[in-house]
Amino acid sequence: MTRVYISRDMASVALGSDALAEAFERAGCTVVRTGSRGLFAIEPLVEVETAEGRIGYGPAGPEDVAAILAGSHPSRLGPIEALPFFARQQRFTFARCGIVDPLDLAACDWRGLRAARAMAPQAVIDAVKASGLRGRGGAGFPTAIKWQTVCDARADEKFIVCNADEGDSGTFADRMLMEGDPFCLIEGMAIAGQAVGADHGYIYIRSEYPFAVETMRRAIALAEPAIAPFTLEVRVGAGAYVCGEETALLDSIEGKRGQVRAKPPLPAIQGLFGKPTVINNVLSLAAIPFILSEGAEAYAAVGFGRSRGTMPVQIAGNVKHGGLFEVGFGITLGELVNEIGGGTATGRPVRAVQVGGPLGAYMPPSMFHLPFDYEAFAAAGGLIGHAGITVFDDSVDMAKMARFAMAFCAVESCGKCTPCRIGSTRGVETIDRIIAGGRGGEAVEAMPQMRNAKAQGRSVEQEIGLLRDLCDTMKYGSLCALGGFTPYPVLSALDHFPEDFGGASALTEAAE
Amino acid sequence: MTLSARRVKSAGMSIETEETTGALIARLAAARRGQRGALLPLLHDIQHELGRVDREAVAAVAAELNLSRAEVHGVVSFYHDFRDRPAGRHLVQYCRAESCQSRGGAAIEAALAERLAVAMGETRGDGQVTLEPVYCLGLCAIGPNALVDGAPVARIDGEAAIERIAATVAA
Ligand SMILES: Cc1cc2nc3c(=O)[nH]c(=O)nc-3n(C[C@H](O)[C@H](O)[C@H](O)COP(=O)(O)O)c2cc1C
Ligand code: FES
Repeated sequence: MTRVYISRDMASVALGSDALAEAFERAGCTVVRTGSRGLFAIEPLVEVETAEGRIGYGPAGPEDVAAILAGSHPSRLGPIEALPFFARQQRFTFARCGIVDPLDLAACDWRGLRAARAMAPQAVIDAVKASGLRGRGGAGFPTAIKWQTVCDARADEKFIVCNADEGDSGTFADRMLMEGDPFCLIEGMAIAGQAVGADHGYIYIRSEYPFAVETMRRAIALAEPAIAPFTLEVRVGAGAYVCGEETALLDSIEGKRGQVRAKPPLPAIQGLFGKPTVINNVLSLAAIPFILSEGAEAYAAVGFGRSRGTMPVQIAGNVKHGGLFEVGFGITLGELVNEIGGGTATGRPVRAVQVGGPLGAYMPPSMFHLPFDYEAFAAAGGLIGHAGITVFDDSVDMAKMARFAMAFCAVESCGKCTPCRIGSTRGVETIDRIIAGGRGGEAVEAMPQMRNAKAQGRSVEQEIGLLRDLCDTMKYGSLCALGGFTPYPVLSALDHFPEDFGGASALTEAAE
Repeated sequence: MTLSARRVKSAGMSIETEETTGALIARLAAARRGQRGALLPLLHDIQHELGRVDREAVAAVAAELNLSRAEVHGVVSFYHDFRDRPAGRHLVQYCRAESCQSRGGAAIEAALAERLAVAMGETRGDGQVTLEPVYCLGLCAIGPNALVDGAPVARIDGEAAIERIAATVAA
């Protein structure tokens, strides 16, 4: 019986992989459902097992089954690993994703966990330190320092919390890993538990990811004996972006409104239920098994500057070859967008990319020389965040995108601090006035009672000045990075694309 | 799959006739007794069974968990997922986030709303369909995307794709 491999990742299913799998089953094949390989332009993808290894065909539909099994279908891609998109990758974290059945325990050797359990907890933390791993959730904070703090804290109980809230548009690596290789994450969390002395962990997954919730729950049940005495459970979010912020996430698990806590105390000292807590992103924890099984040096050997190891970059938006591309830090933004991503899907010129989700800066192609590196991006006024790249073609209106950033912040603000809660709404209004060409004088303000009101309107330049002031207040006055980073997309749009905002800044640029 | 199940239940509503809301919630709460931070999972359970978390449910939860109604209301109203009225028989959750926008999401949203004859964020008068915004489904390279009754739908890029959704929703 011929064995074929077809993904059941949520993206693959959205593109029709279920119907393809059924068609191969009807044709008498053994169908193994895997995660996604990560290149959506070739999906739905089927890989047929042959004497020469797995041969890929895609995109493929149910009507192609006979020709594919005969080996004569024109969508034949050959071995998937040999395609340029995959040959250039360094798959440390996503090594098994797209290849194995995600719930096949036999495909997981738990080598990292066994190595960790043969070591003293401090030695595990030292290995993570030597790997140079930094948090993949956004801030890039060294993972080992966090673990050390929790390890050193004295308490009757400690927790490992995995942040799988992945709310950033343009990101899907957490989802793909949870659906395609859940045991990798489970192993990473069990190692973290061993290192800091925690017996229980929570995985907080957003409700928009029903497939990931289902796969993680089933995988946890299967992995129970392998990770015992460490135990795990899944908690499902409820549609609040701000619950990705670590302290809001902890409050949400505790059954409260997902509001941001003031720091200190750090979660590492007083986290979930007031106990010392490691909270890490999915990708940070999923990098751990490789570090323990292959060695910290192997991980640290790739990378750039102080950004060590690999980053599962997500190429998204209006792009030809979108998908997941895991590679060592240091690759340039332009290589990712143009060479690997193949430019826009519409075929029009790239005008802007947003890196790092709704709180990330918009960058024009003149910044494509930037290497993927935490420090290089920060120096250029941007952030890597969770490494999602959203590509826009030249039809984008950057004033609208700036407005969206403020509107999103207004919808998602937890409400605890004023600059974020009120500032975002005022920001939307100010951008609306900029788009409308300034603000006319209003009848109310001309009334004699309004002695202190300015009777004249405001020009676009004055409104832009107001917007910059407001951004400054949000940046320095907000409690967390939701209000604090919303100015990044807004100001970067304003600085790099002033022509979309009308007014003086556009004129000065035209005059140069 | 919580999302689709939630819709089916909201359409059927059979549970309510067999069991009062109070009794249902007492049963769901009992199943979560001893679980730390049980409130959010319990609210998901309730919405899954009833298709909504309304005032009556809030009062029952408060009584079960020994919280004030204000506390429970504060939590319920914080999260976008919980609704105080059931959704329509079909639920279309359409992505509005940046990556889907970059692929023409706004124009498709307008065309979809017109075809389904329902405004974004609303339930159609006949109760057949609810159209709701979501902010990213993690399918960002193949947008515009939606969940239709919990099933992911990608590349909603024109009339044919919109017609397929309309057909699902008409059933
Ligand atoms: C508004 C907001 C949303 C966030 N969303 C996420 C998220 O979805 N996933 C994530 O891992 N981190 C998110 N973060 C960052 C977390 O607060 C935290 O830095 C991270 O979970 C730490 O894990 P790491 O050290 O492994 O990166 C968010 C931060 C803010 C301010
Ligand atoms: S932006 Fe629409 S799925 Fe991510």
